[in-house]
Amino acid sequence: MTEVYPPQEDSELLLEVALKEIRRDDDVLEVGVGSGYVSERLKDKCEFLLTTDISPYAVKMAKEKGLNVVRTDLVKGIRKKFTLILFNPPYLELDDSERTGDWLEKAIDGGKHGIEVMVRFLDSVREVLAENGRIILIVSSLNVPRIFEEIEKRGFEFEIVAKRKTFFEELYALRITSSQDP
Amino acid sequence: MKRELLDILACPICKGDLKLEVEEENEEEIISGKLICTKCGTDYPIEDGIPNMLPPELRK
Repeated sequence: MTEVYPPQEDSELLLEVALKEIRRDDDVLEVGVGSGYVSERLKDKCEFLLTTDISPYAVKMAKEKGLNVVRTDLVKGIRKKFTLILFNPPYLELDDSERTGDWLEKAIDGGKHGIEVMVRFLDSVREVLAENGRIILIVSSLNVPRIFEEIEKRGFEFEIVAKRKTFFEELYALRITSSQDP
Repeated sequence: MKRELLDILACPICKGDLKLEVEEENEEEIISGKLICTKCGTDYPIEDGIPNMLPPELRK
């Protein structure tokens, strides 16, 4: 049984954008590291890289890839400021028949409209975002336009820096920066 | 976890500083032990080199 989200188009999109965005002097945080697919390809390209995940299976896999990893909910218990923060969040809205209650479900279940986890992330990310820091967030066309409103409501601005079409949706990589203090 | 990570972790509940209690450590990192909040007293286990910062009721 697969317990950790296997790398898919969304992981590839995040990696592609992160490789363009990352700078040698960045302190990088990847939230929801999953299998570690993205971070293991970034860890030697920056000053420092920390990863988090809530799943006990994911943190184990990330650890085996030599990553700094903390088991936590999003960014709770982290008190450093990062210049680049990456998150490929759960973005689907599952209905009850699709719920299994396992860790893999947690990796894809974004709650109502698929945006609940990303909204919680936006609510707490300022605590760990450096001044002039950048966030790369993957969202799906299923989350749009609701998620755009939530981002702007919190005093962030964003641009869509890459897109990828999949079978039944389109994925967007958003580059989010702080436009003002909320 | 590497020792340097201690500086960037805080209690997820009250944001207090953490005190490290090592059970097992090798040349690179702490393999097992505990992080104890100096403010509210909650402790967070380190197992297989991974600190678990989930509040006690969420650990499974």
